[in-house]
Amino acid sequence: MCSQGVSEVPTAMEIYKLLPKTNCGECKFPTCLAFAMQLANQKVALEACPHVSSEAKAALEESGAPPIRLVTFGAGELAAKMGDETQLFRHDKTFYNPTVLGLIADDSDGLDGVKSKLDEAQAMSFERVGQILRVDSVAIRHSSGSPEDFVAAVKAAAEKGLPVTIMCDDPAIASKAVEACADKKPLLYRATASNFDDMVALAKDKSLPLVVSAPGLDELAELADKAKKAGLNDLVLEPGVQTSADMLVNMTAIRRAAVKNKFRPLGFPTIAVLGPTEAEHMKAALGVMKYSSAVLMDTMPREMVYPLLALRQNIFTDPQVPIQVKAGLYSVGEPTDKSPVMFTTNFSLTYFTVRADIEKSKVPAWLLVVDTEGQSVMTAFAAGKLTPESVAKAIEDFQVKEKSSRNEIILPGMVSRMSGKLGELTDMKITVGPRESSGLPKLMKTFSG
Amino acid sequence: MGFELPKEKFGGRIKEVAIGATKDQGGTRSARLMAGGSNGLPFLKFESEMPHLPLVAMDVVDTVRMVPEQLQESMGAAVKDPLEWAKKCEAEWGADLCVLKLQSANPEEEDRPAEELEGLVDKMLKSMALPMVVYGCGFEEKDAKVMEKVSNIAKGERLFLGLAEEKAYKSIAAASMANGHGIVAFSNLDINLAKQMNILLLDFGTKPENIMMDPLMAPLGMGLEYSYSNIERLRLGALSGDPVLQMPMICDCSCAWNVPEALEDNPEHGSAELRGVYWEAMTALSAAVAGADVVIMRHPRSIVMFRETINVLAGGE
Repeated sequence: MCSQGVSEVPTAMEIYKLLPKTNCGECKFPTCLAFAMQLANQKVALEACPHVSSEAKAALEESGAPPIRLVTFGAGELAAKMGDETQLFRHDKTFYNPTVLGLIADDSDGLDGVKSKLDEAQAMSFERVGQILRVDSVAIRHSSGSPEDFVAAVKAAAEKGLPVTIMCDDPAIASKAVEACADKKPLLYRATASNFDDMVALAKDKSLPLVVSAPGLDELAELADKAKKAGLNDLVLEPGVQTSADMLVNMTAIRRAAVKNKFRPLGFPTIAVLGPTEAEHMKAALGVMKYSSAVLMDTMPREMVYPLLALRQNIFTDPQVPIQVKAGLYSVGEPTDKSPVMFTTNFSLTYFTVRADIEKSKVPAWLLVVDTEGQSVMTAFAAGKLTPESVAKAIEDFQVKEKSSRNEIILPGMVSRMSGKLGELTDMKITVGPRESSGLPKLMKTFSG
Repeated sequence: MGFELPKEKFGGRIKEVAIGATKDQGGTRSARLMAGGSNGLPFLKFESEMPHLPLVAMDVVDTVRMVPEQLQESMGAAVKDPLEWAKKCEAEWGADLCVLKLQSANPEEEDRPAEELEGLVDKMLKSMALPMVVYGCGFEEKDAKVMEKVSNIAKGERLFLGLAEEKAYKSIAAASMANGHGIVAFSNLDINLAKQMNILLLDFGTKPENIMMDPLMAPLGMGLEYSYSNIERLRLGALSGDPVLQMPMICDCSCAWNVPEALEDNPEHGSAELRGVYWEAMTALSAAVAGADVVIMRHPRSIVMFRETINVLAGGE
């Protein structure tokens, strides 16, 4: 199965050699070779063959595994997921598991210092476009020299409920910290060339995911392969990320090796540990875009975290499913029953643009969002998802006439064709708005008197 | 183990375009800038050439109506006067080039006459020496008049004029061709439209080395993901050898300042001023990582953050 001493996804011929070669057809394929080809393409499961030997089974297990292993740490609802990615570019399908962000607390800051940082991490949770965006984990780093302080800090972290990374290169001290929270499935950071055997033993003993770290990819692949052969499957790779260039090149190389070349030793999620400067914060943004499964940071000022979380939300949106806003009647500013009413679709980009343009005018308004399954105005109109009937229904469902006594609605200029029918259906005065929402401030000012 | 970096080789290359003309070249600019020229994905120098870093253009808007109040405070009084603003871009804020946006031409707002705007461009060319891009207000009839005058008054300066749109490109293309300027071809988040725009301009007689593409940069939090993927796809299309997609891309990241979340007072999200700076810097970084050759930005502090990052990105092996 192996070439160059490393395990890779087997070819159809390699699989075929392990099959019974009886062409019995019970797998629903005419020959064992045909079945092997389907297996190599991961189109069928090995279980479809009732006669396969257990040795062959073990050997073939790898072929069904995803190119990048899914690794989780933490427990319960907040457990953090990393990896399981299959693409180099999000437009080819999607990126699945958003970069896990973690705030690092250092035990040399004392227990109170650690606790206040833990509180800071926990408080960073925001609602944005109907999703909760949060800093998803915390990490405790040992640099105090006092194992007791470290264990106390890790204990405090584990009590918070967020997934914890234990950062300590000394296996003996790390092992004490693990004892304090083994049931919470912390991420163990990290095995290097110098502490490798003991760290691997500790991770194996406690069934914990383990970060494997080396500056060069060659050495990193070697260590990961060694850890795997020692029986560990839940690995996270830490390549050198000294500069943003190192980070981009190494993260790209790992993703390509795993996804395109099915190079198993690098088929794991990745992690980057970053410092406290603005330059390092920009590297966090780079990591979100370019293949870091987790980013741990020394500092997380809110003015940086909020845009970073928004970036993560953007990049990890499924390109086939546009972000939708909930249909309904939204207030912009503090509208009254005299304020103008307009409608748009529930495609988030459309909604945000229209909303921002209304806000620019500083005239309060009611914005009716019609459910078009996330399509923009013209697309929805062409597809029959934005019709006079659907708008009239939304006007009814969201009680527009009760909120505004103007009995008037502004429609997007692009769909001026529906104004006649919409007027008939609703008995409202229809005002045709601008074709582009950038023209809204001008129109809105006519309502400001 | 002998692990080798998995390399991607492409057959195509982004065209190089020149922005600005120095004295020797018939203009008065301090430099002739080159954009584009790469034959690989951004910043991956172990497998491809990237002869020029993404250029940083700073925008200058000629009416304070279009500049959010928070920015006016943060950037100072210069933003109330386009000439002063442009001078700061050159002398203090380290812009590579300047994008003058003639928003006051808007016939539904200030409706400043073409002659006045011609005068403004003339004065700006005389008061600072950065290479320039000049955008109209987006109203075709008015822009036709304005751009003709701008083209004439800036003869020899090798400006880029914009924006050429699918339904409004002939007059602006004619204006740019008349005096050896370049043109910016706009498309609305659509790879096919981007291609179509270039074909229209080429058919009209514009030379490929005179075109940059603006594929519409949507800001962070307001559709950035669409732009990010669109830019990546355009770049990959160009690299795979489609000559009609090989024009460099110019991405307007100052759109970050249109995002209410970037500007609003909300202590939950930290100080508004610094948040806005990160907002713009991250928007620009995503454009550059996806494949932008020129980014347009506004806040001097975001530019510092952005530049620091791309300098290091490009410096690595």
